[in-house]
This record gives sequence, C-alpha cells and structure tokens, in this order.
Amino acid sequence: MGFLDYFRSTRPTSAALAKERLQILIAHERAQRGKPDYLPRLQQELLEVIRKYVSVDDDAISVTMEQDDNREILGVNIILPDDGEQGRRSGQD
Amino acid sequence: MARIIVVTSGKGGVGKTTTSAAISMGLAMQGKRTAVIDFDVGLRNLDLIMGCERRVVYDFVNVINGEASLNQALIKDKRCDNLFILPASQTRDKDSLTVEGVGKVLENLSENFEFVVCDSPAGIERGATLAMYYADDAVVVTNPEVSSVRDSDRMLGILASKSRRAERGEEAIKEYLLLTRYSPQRVKLGEMLSVEDVQEILSLHLLGVIPESKSVLNASNSGTPVILDDKSDAGQAYGDVVRRYLGEEVPHRFLEEEKKGLFGRLFRG
Repeated sequence: MGFLDYFRSTRPTSAALAKERLQILIAHERAQRGKPDYLPRLQQELLEVIRKYVSVDDDAISVTMEQDDNREILGVNIILPDDGEQGRRSGQD
Repeated sequence: MARIIVVTSGKGGVGKTTTSAAISMGLAMQGKRTAVIDFDVGLRNLDLIMGCERRVVYDFVNVINGEASLNQALIKDKRCDNLFILPASQTRDKDSLTVEGVGKVLENLSENFEFVVCDSPAGIERGATLAMYYADDAVVVTNPEVSSVRDSDRMLGILASKSRRAERGEEAIKEYLLLTRYSPQRVKLGEMLSVEDVQEILSLHLLGVIPESKSVLNASNSGTPVILDDKSDAGQAYGDVVRRYLGEEVPHRFLEEEKKGLFGRLFRG
C-alpha cells in the first residue's frame, strides 16, 4: 500500500514549488521597490529608541513611504502593547 | 530615428548574446538596417557569436573616446549587408562608458539605422544600466528557473525607474518576455516552470519561447547566429520572434513535446 501511495501521492511538483516561492518572493521585493535605501535602518533605529521606553515586538513597527504629486509622506506606525503596565503609558485604559 | 532595443536579463548565461545576435541578424534579413552593440566592456563576446572576432579593429570605447569614428569601428556582417556590429573593448575598464558618450554614439547610429540592438552584460552594474538607459524596447531574456525569473523581475524594476524614458516621464519602455532554454518535456513532468507560470509571475507580454536546443551551441561554435540555422527549432523560434516583434501575428511553437509517428504527423498540421 505504501508503495502505491508513493506514486499516487499529491506532493507538489518541483515546478509548483518554484512558482509558489517566486510569487511570494517577488511580491515582497516589488513592495520594497522604489523606497529609499535607508528605510530598514530607520525602522531599526526607531525601534531601539522606542524600546528605551516601551517594550515592543520587532514587528510592532512599520515604516512606509508614500508619494503623491507634490509631497512624500513618511508614515511610522507603532503598535504599543495594550496592557497599560508600561510606566509612560499608565494612563491608557 | 532608430528604434533602440535592449536585450537584458540580470542573470548571466541565460542567452542574451545568443538572442542579440539572432534578433539583429533576423531584423537585418527582414531588410531592416540594423546595428548591434556589445555593452559588455572588458568581456566582449558578441564578436565571437557573430563570427567577426578577427575583424575587430576599433571598439565601442574607442568611438566614445574619439579615437576612432563610428564608421571605422562598425564591422559589416559578411552574410547580410544590412547588419553592422559594434564590438565592446576587451581591455579597458568599464568606467569608460558614460551616459553622454553612449548617448552620442546611439544618436549617431540613429541617423543611419532603423534598429539598434544593445546586448547588455549580466548584472546591474554600469554596462547593464547604460545598455538599457536609452532603450525604447526591452527584451527580457529569462530561463524557466527561479534565479533567472527573480533577476528578470529586478531588471523590470530598473527599466521602469532608471531609464531615460522613466526620468523624463515619457511613455514607458515596451517590455517583452523571451523565455529561453525551454524544455516542454520537463514542463510536462512538473520539473520546470511553464511558460504560463513565468508569464503569470512577471506579467509580461510574451515575445517568444526558444526551446532548449543543441543547435545553439553548434551555432556559437561556428560563429553563426542560430537564426541562420533555419532547420533547427531554436533558429525557427528566433525567426518567429523577429517577425512577431515586427508586428506579424505568428503563433507560438515548440511549447509542446514533439509528437512522433503517424499521430504526431497528423496533428502537426
């Protein structure tokens, strides 16, 4: 039975695997495209500064750069932990 | 005004020079006055693939530096009167290519040619970015293989942002996918990305599919652009590519495993 199962198995072909990996990778790389090179470093340093005051996860911060006709908008989004035990954020409900 | 075509890929060894040689020869054979330029300064190879390596006197960098005129450096192809080759220099460093210098040469060529094919080096360094800077059309040569597809996508990003057309806000470079070294047998077995897979990932207009073929190595061995081997599958596929590029409606071939025997003959039409 095991022997026959081997042939019947629906394991993805290597080509299907290649396609899936490429789709994920390329979507990610396209999202990064056109953004300034310094964004990842800026994000890292901002994270370090914030961590002096609040304990946040690595993925709690996102830095985005958007562009329209006459201006560029740098967006920094930081998700703070919702339990208000952190000193500075103690007033939070 | 010549139409400037860059043959690019990012990744090396996928068939850029083979394609440049084939497309330029194909255009010339269709009666179009065509020049093909090797942008791979330091590692020239187009001359060898075109079979004119012993006729190189002056090169691209000589022309840019004013050490030779364009007419002195252009090598006229012995098989087709409409085709001229501008070889890359072998020794100088690649800093000798400048935006202005390349621009001037292309401008001069534009006066006398209908098509200028720029054979890009691999990578994303100066030679590659300059080869595509002035382009009107880009042929993105891709193998059905992960690293090549990824690099092609990277080149598409560069084409869209770093070309003269992009900088001037003009109409974008026309981008075409040329899938090379395609093996329908392996695609059928699920061992190779299919043409549809690659098109879906890159979302590019498909200019053609060149099957994996012994004729490509045979052609380069003898310094004959493979398109001249019109008995070979790769040569015919390149012939189709050129006619398609020039606007003819040519159905894609060599996408299926070749059928053998009576059954095959019946269905091949």
